[in-house]
Amino acid sequence: MRWGNLTKFLAVVFVVLVASGYYMLPLATSIKQGLDLQGGTHVVLEAVDTPEAKVDEDAVQRVVKIIEKRVNEIGLTEPIIQRQGERRIIVELPGIKEPEKAIELLGKTALLEFQDESGTTVMTGKDLKDAKAEIGQNKNNVVALEFSEDGTKIFADLTTKNVGKHISILLDKKVLTNPVVNEPIPSGKAIITGSKTIEEAQNLAILLRSGSLPVKVDVMEMRTVGPTLGQDSKDKSKVAFAIGIGAITVFMLVFYRLSGFVATVALIIYVMLLLFGLKMLNATLTLPGIAGVILSIGMAVDANVLIFERFKEEYHAGKTLRAAMDAGFSRAFGTILDSHLTSLISAIVLFFLGAAPIKGFAITLGLGIVLSLFTAITITKLLLRMLMHANVFKNGKIFGA
Amino acid sequence: MKFDIIGKRYWFFLLSAILLIPGLISIAVQGFNLGIDFTGGTLLDLKFARPVSVTEVREALKEHQLENSTIQLAVSDQIEVSQNVFIRTPELSDNTRRVVLSDMEKKLGAFDTLRSEKVGAVIGSELTKNAVIAVVVSWLLMIVYISYRFELKFAVSGIIAIAHDIVLVLGVFSLFHKEIDASFVAAILTIAGYSINDTIVIFDRIRENLKTHKKTESFTELVNRSIWQTMTRSIYTVLTVVVATASLYFFGGETTKNFSLALLIGFISGAYSSVFNASPIWVTWKEFEERRRIALKTSGPK
Repeated sequence: MRWGNLTKFLAVVFVVLVASGYYMLPLATSIKQGLDLQGGTHVVLEAVDTPEAKVDEDAVQRVVKIIEKRVNEIGLTEPIIQRQGERRIIVELPGIKEPEKAIELLGKTALLEFQDESGTTVMTGKDLKDAKAEIGQNKNNVVALEFSEDGTKIFADLTTKNVGKHISILLDKKVLTNPVVNEPIPSGKAIITGSKTIEEAQNLAILLRSGSLPVKVDVMEMRTVGPTLGQDSKDKSKVAFAIGIGAITVFMLVFYRLSGFVATVALIIYVMLLLFGLKMLNATLTLPGIAGVILSIGMAVDANVLIFERFKEEYHAGKTLRAAMDAGFSRAFGTILDSHLTSLISAIVLFFLGAAPIKGFAITLGLGIVLSLFTAITITKLLLRMLMHANVFKNGKIFGA
Repeated sequence: MKFDIIGKRYWFFLLSAILLIPGLISIAVQGFNLGIDFTGGTLLDLKFARPVSVTEVREALKEHQLENSTIQLAVSDQIEVSQNVFIRTPELSDNTRRVVLSDMEKKLGAFDTLRSEKVGAVIGSELTKNAVIAVVVSWLLMIVYISYRFELKFAVSGIIAIAHDIVLVLGVFSLFHKEIDASFVAAILTIAGYSINDTIVIFDRIRENLKTHKKTESFTELVNRSIWQTMTRSIYTVLTVVVATASLYFFGGETTKNFSLALLIGFISGAYSSVFNASPIWVTWKEFEERRRIALKTSGPK
């Protein structure tokens, strides 16, 4: 029976070590890294009112669409374009080589063009008044166009001359659609058929409406971390992290021996869970995020130290190994709970009130605290129990007492 | 008998004051070296092909009326020239920045842009406002939680210890003119989290000992005993955190230097203030209350 416990313990340790050997690095590197770590450009745009155009929901949506389209054209991997609040748009471009060019591209006005079959531009976005997705007569999805006064005349002329031919509609020199003209359209109202779904029609309508940026867009914030610096921070952070964890491991082994070994195994499980959790939450690791990780690892180590110190006290007071360990856990529990909950409170507040970089800190810290609480009182306990029940090691010294 | 920490508490209060005063004076006199995260502006971190001097860079900026910008060589040694140059100017439009950069290339030769940042003044003030609100709310809630689990006196003593650590870090950053940016705010919050965590462990022990506390034992003795019971843990914990942070400071990249320095100072201060400030303040408060109670009793109507 006692050997059974030891075997179980060794099996768990073996599995943990092998699993961490296999998964730790891939897991760590697959978590999205903030631009401050990997290099790239972060731009915050804000739509602003001008005498000609006031910002409304539709205008901002159109701006987002245009920017998405332009960013996709640069051909970057994993760009992020996000609305923030009513008027702001955040654009994140990882690992970009020419940030100046990209920023120029983001701010410039889009060009919508109508071309006839010979490729001559006949009309531009300013001639288009509106474009909407609608359900047409035969229950098909269509995009209804409405032209301005000038546009109506030009469009009437264009359609009269091109019956049976294609008209191309281009945004930023790229063809969006090229419908065939069925008949002359003098009314200034036309429909484009051929969209398979209503979403497709809506998308096309938005792109058509976004012929030019509907409102003025200002660059509020722009941060570029060059690839050299980004790579440098990343490499060095890795080394620093490895040295830090290594030192903590040595420290725990020296001061708490077998208990320290158990704590280290628990700590490895903790780091794995943390990485896994961050991945599940789709979190982005930034510099402040690393601070959260450091603090939460510190707390996880601290929880183990608290337990072992209590165990030492109880053991020296004359209790048996097992009784001392149980007492150590139960007496340290209150302290661990209080210290973790206090930190959790601030993590939650910071998550709801903090600005973006602080949110990253709050997420890693909050997750770290919950996991630290869990591993310290379950995994460390479970492993130590197995070891003590094995009854192989009977001297308290070997457990660090 | 172990060293009487509580008995010597006024010496430690004095030590804290000595540590804090230079920083406070510096904060009052020269303030902070606030980065563009707070003030808004443009930051350029350039690496030139050949070493350049501050004068050269300033000369190149003169044409654009930017000669009053902050220009720093990003090397700690007292040398005249460096390849790495930090330039902080008021907010430049994208076009102006492009012109300034291309002009600089003409005058000073090729360079690599390590970092280029622009922050609008609105964003800067929003960050400051949000950070302050977040800190105040989280502290209030911590006080509520600690008051509920312990008592208000513990909560207030703990918060004073946090304030000690934060003022110390702010003071050091002001004294040495280190730049304060958004990640510094995260560092401060981390320090607060660590400090209160450390303090709570000791308070928890005091609370536990209070339950079995005999009338013959004074608050001073009780708290001394509690502090010493948790001393090994205090030392071990601060050691592990300091080792992790120090490795980030010494082996980490340039961008994490200021950040880990703040953490390093804060963690050490946090461990110190938990032992030598937080609990002693609580004892002082308790004893003051005790004396007043006795005074009221004896001077009360006969």
